[in-house]
Amino acid sequence: MSDFHSPSIAYAALSPILIPGIAATVGVLVDAFVPRAIRWQTQTAVALLGLIGALIAVSVLAGTHTITADTAVAVDGPALFIQGTIAILGIGSILLVSDRSPGLDGGAFVAQAATAPGSQEEREGAASGHAQTEVFPLMMFAITGMMLFPASNDLLLLFVALEVLSLPLYLMCGLARRRRLLSQEAAVKYFLLGAFSSAFFLYGLALLYGYANTVSLAGIQAATVSSGHNDNLLFLGLGLLAVGLLFKVGAAPFQSWIPDVYQGAPTPITAFMAAATKVAAFGALLRVFYVSFGGLGWEWRPIAWAIAILTMVVGSLFAITQTDVKRMLAYSSVAHAGFILIGIIALNKSGLSGSLFYLLTYGLTTIGAFGTLSLIRDPDGEATHLSRWAGLGRRSPVVGSVFALFLLALAGIPLTSGFTGKFAVFSAGVSGGATPLVIVGVVTSAAAAFFYVRVIVMMFFAEPVADGPVVATPGGGTAGAIAIAVAATVLLGIVPQPVLDLANRAVPFYH
Amino acid sequence: MYSALHAVTYAKSTGVFDLTFLLVLFPAASAAVLLLGGRRTDRWGHLLGCAAPLASFVIGVIEFFALISRDGGQSRQLDQHLWTWVPVAGFHANVNVLLDPLSITFVLLITGVGSLIHIYSVGYMEHDPDRRRFFGELNLFVAAMLLLVLADNYLLLYVGWEGVGLASYLLIGFWSHKPSAAVAAKKAFLVNRVGDVGLSIAIMLMFATFGTFSFSGVFTAVHGPGVRSGTMLAIGLMLLLGACGKSAQAPLQSWLLDAMEGPTPVSALIHAATMVTAGVYLVARSGAIYDVSPHARLAVEIVGAVTLTMGAIIGCAHDDIKKVLAASTMSQIGYMMLAVGLGPGVYAIGIMHLLTHGFFKANMFLGAGSVMHGNNDEVNMRRYGGLRKLMPVTFVTFGFGYLAIIGIIPFSGFFSKDKIIESALDKGGATGDLFGAVAIAGAGLTAFYMTRLMIMTFFGVKRWPRDVHPHESPKIMLIPMAILAAGSLLAGYLLVLGGSLQHFLTPSVGSSIEQGAHTISPWVLSVITLAVVLGGVAAAWWLVGRKPVPAEPPTHVTLATKAARRSLLGDDINESIFMHPGAYLTRALVFFDNRGVDGMVNGLAALVGGSSARLRRTQTGFVRSYALSMLAGALAIAVSLLLVRVG
Amino acid sequence: MIPILILAIIGGGFAVFSIVAGSLAGPKRFNKAKLESYECGIEPSPQAFRGHRFPVKYYLTAMLFIVFDIEIIFLYPWAVAFNSLGMFGLVEMVLFILAVFVVYAYVWRRGGLEWD
Repeated sequence: MSDFHSPSIAYAALSPILIPGIAATVGVLVDAFVPRAIRWQTQTAVALLGLIGALIAVSVLAGTHTITADTAVAVDGPALFIQGTIAILGIGSILLVSDRSPGLDGGAFVAQAATAPGSQEEREGAASGHAQTEVFPLMMFAITGMMLFPASNDLLLLFVALEVLSLPLYLMCGLARRRRLLSQEAAVKYFLLGAFSSAFFLYGLALLYGYANTVSLAGIQAATVSSGHNDNLLFLGLGLLAVGLLFKVGAAPFQSWIPDVYQGAPTPITAFMAAATKVAAFGALLRVFYVSFGGLGWEWRPIAWAIAILTMVVGSLFAITQTDVKRMLAYSSVAHAGFILIGIIALNKSGLSGSLFYLLTYGLTTIGAFGTLSLIRDPDGEATHLSRWAGLGRRSPVVGSVFALFLLALAGIPLTSGFTGKFAVFSAGVSGGATPLVIVGVVTSAAAAFFYVRVIVMMFFAEPVADGPVVATPGGGTAGAIAIAVAATVLLGIVPQPVLDLANRAVPFYH
Repeated sequence: MYSALHAVTYAKSTGVFDLTFLLVLFPAASAAVLLLGGRRTDRWGHLLGCAAPLASFVIGVIEFFALISRDGGQSRQLDQHLWTWVPVAGFHANVNVLLDPLSITFVLLITGVGSLIHIYSVGYMEHDPDRRRFFGELNLFVAAMLLLVLADNYLLLYVGWEGVGLASYLLIGFWSHKPSAAVAAKKAFLVNRVGDVGLSIAIMLMFATFGTFSFSGVFTAVHGPGVRSGTMLAIGLMLLLGACGKSAQAPLQSWLLDAMEGPTPVSALIHAATMVTAGVYLVARSGAIYDVSPHARLAVEIVGAVTLTMGAIIGCAHDDIKKVLAASTMSQIGYMMLAVGLGPGVYAIGIMHLLTHGFFKANMFLGAGSVMHGNNDEVNMRRYGGLRKLMPVTFVTFGFGYLAIIGIIPFSGFFSKDKIIESALDKGGATGDLFGAVAIAGAGLTAFYMTRLMIMTFFGVKRWPRDVHPHESPKIMLIPMAILAAGSLLAGYLLVLGGSLQHFLTPSVGSSIEQGAHTISPWVLSVITLAVVLGGVAAAWWLVGRKPVPAEPPTHVTLATKAARRSLLGDDINESIFMHPGAYLTRALVFFDNRGVDGMVNGLAALVGGSSARLRRTQTGFVRSYALSMLAGALAIAVSLLLVRVG
Repeated sequence: MIPILILAIIGGGFAVFSIVAGSLAGPKRFNKAKLESYECGIEPSPQAFRGHRFPVKYYLTAMLFIVFDIEIIFLYPWAVAFNSLGMFGLVEMVLFILAVFVVYAYVWRRGGLEWD
């Protein structure tokens, strides 16, 4: 026992992770002790403060790289970039969550999640006008996990982070105020499949430990270059580990949960999942593959190619026949996962920085798109069926144009951030020897553009439907989140250079 | 030596020229505030909307004087690097603005005339609940147009090009509650897309051939060895297609008449003075490309000659005052196209006509708007008559424009149009003679339809209904009209005396001082032209002015008149080629949309959609099947990783 | 590799064996008690009401128990190794207990400890 030496922990370097964690804990206390009348506002303030604090911490740390907690955590350039991205996306999500303006029928969240759908208690809860304030600490815990995820430098911590970020997400999916059954179904589905994928991850972790006798990423990398190990363990472990991570980013064939869960979850949570979760999971995926398995590119690349192609094709093809805008955006997020995978497969500096940049642009646009979607409402909640959107742009030009901007960005039309991101990733793919993959990417982008443009055509060229949906006046939160997203989508499309430079300076990983 | 001789380089901007980006920024920022600010900017929106182009105009004037105080030649071409757009992997698209004589000329036209029209609109749109949005969109247009003319490369030019198209679409459809306005906007949008495709293909060809989009790079490279004439012809023709779309030249002319559905200030600014001349700008700016491709130039000339005739004929038959002016715009831009098509030495003359036209046509559109304003928005000239007494100021200012467009000495149109006719004849050969004759005949037709317009509007007896009380417009509208009227008179001297504009533009478009002998002495030619013009005026008086104007258009007319009334069937032709497919596509998409997979209509969509529908069935909604698919995926990954290892 | 394969075979075999053997050998007598949530002879209270969902109070209590049980499990070895873990161990443990305490406060304030 006496040979125990306490690990040195660089609390300053960990502050982007710790601050949201503290904010989450404070949020739990707020829920316990602050009276209901001001609880919602207090929670919003605590969460925003935590995220802004994290963002400041990230900007102070920018340019440094620290390995701490006995090599378990690596706070380096890519990790900080991802953490900053998550903080920004978190701010956007919290703004969306916080909006309980009358136009949005008092917010997206149920008064009492535990009540059975259709029961007397549920009706009472709905009439009370309350909402579960627990969503704030839950989201902050999820963000804590997301902050840790891309900075985890060993597999065990990676798993802990994965669970910390996943568990609150499962819960939050079930908190929708309307369409309770769909929401609860989404939560259970996500939980079951998420647990399933975690099991894969854990098994992969165990096999890799068996292979390398260590769980540290650098140790595994060292083991792969030295001979005398059992390669079968390595590749089985690598494959299963990848399954767990690919599930979180929503790559095919592990994408099946995405449309159902995205559709059922409350829209602000969908925005959060589509943006922040994907960013965090890609951050971890990038680290694992660049740090531990970068030298094995020849072996895993063919499979990664297949997954990337499958993901792009499935995401784009499925999106075409969707008649529900939320599901369509869900499939589009699958297609985007495929595009970002190209950046991973490139396995070079520009692939890493391109992916980082892509994640930022994609995340912000996604937050904006879901935020805008939540404004289009029928008497019984959001009007997500595409046919209800006919002529919307004519009746409400500002909302129509804003949504069109996000769609164009998702389609990758020049002068929007989406183009810049795609360009960065695709050019990295070409220089990384993945030209055929890039061609598939371009072709599926074109197919994907079809369904984005289809929505725009519906909004601006179709005759408005009679008794069409109402365009709600957003409260400050939604308006703020959409404004941030619009500004970022336009600015990163026209003047991307400063942020591209930032992403370029963030590489490479330290371990 | 050869390439060094032709190398095109621009100096780096310094001092006051570093303000060039503000020219675009002011109206763009104002547009953003007005369009995003919503109702809370209603109260002061129009003031901001006017201030932005005025501020740009002031900067433009300062830069103009700074520019002419520099030595001639290259030192007057100043390039400002703003930033690099997507600096990834060898693809360097710079966002640079180029201030040179050609662009500053356009800047002054756009911001000068633009500011006047903004001020006029304050009065014209006073009772419109959406006035703020109108100003926002007008500012957006000004910003995009300035970007178009200030770009130092084709890619940035294309951005401005699309921007003005968007603004034009929005403004034509400004009163979108009128179905005709919505349809007209859609039509303009679709027809312009055809032209835009041409321009984008031209840009891609340039990048593929020369590896650059920048003016300096392309214009230097066209003289390089190994540049195939076929490529240059293709680039030239594709640029021309783009120009035809934007400038309403045959065969893409049909949208302009319909575009008159927009508010009249829009017609004056966008569809007369500035945007529709972007095609002329494009050809003049790309002079270096056309200089090496005579066939492309010939195509430009033909387009110009055909359109100038068509526009003039269409103008003779319409009763809608704005449509007559629109047809006249087409015709006058035809003159400009003809001029820039005539090539080196004539580019500057085309630009000169563009400037004078910018003044007198904007003036007349504002006059027409003033007439409409006083007549309950009536546009049918058969419901006017005798308005000169009730609207004296409008009459006088409009009259200045009238005299200018038909080319009566000493009004500005005389100087610029005469020079085009002269240059066409100087070209020599059969084509030169033909173009010259067409241009002279066009001048006669112009005189005819403009005189007809004047007679029907301002002379004769009153024909307006009992409940209309024509009245003069407020001062805020009259003052801009008066300034433009003065411009219609004076611009000629300022631009022509001593060849000042031609000298000024030399660094941008090459020397334009006439060399060699004229086919016909300029004096004789002027006399001939004037005689033809007076003949047109007399014919109009003989046919229209002698007897009272019937309230309904006569129905027993020749086939030619019928064709002219239908805009020479250009509408019918273009609608069948462009609009119906466009509408069909839209309907098809909506249909496809409503019916999901079953309603698929076109091949690709059917194929893709069909496989998508089959795939969709795998999305059962059951967790167990999802889990199974995940398990299968995990097994596949694990097995293939092992296989790759073994293999 | 071989040990893992053997382990996998044993694991899978045991699962298959248990299910098959149970279904083959076990008596199949269905009665009311078999359909109870807990086959421990105690009637759940309150009863699931008119086809509504099953009350979660038992689970809630069980989960709270587990949380504090885990806390004890951590506390015990820490107490044994207190000397060698030193200051670092103390700080980390305080942080951990604090976190659990926050949760406890939440559950208490929000009525999680009340049966009705």
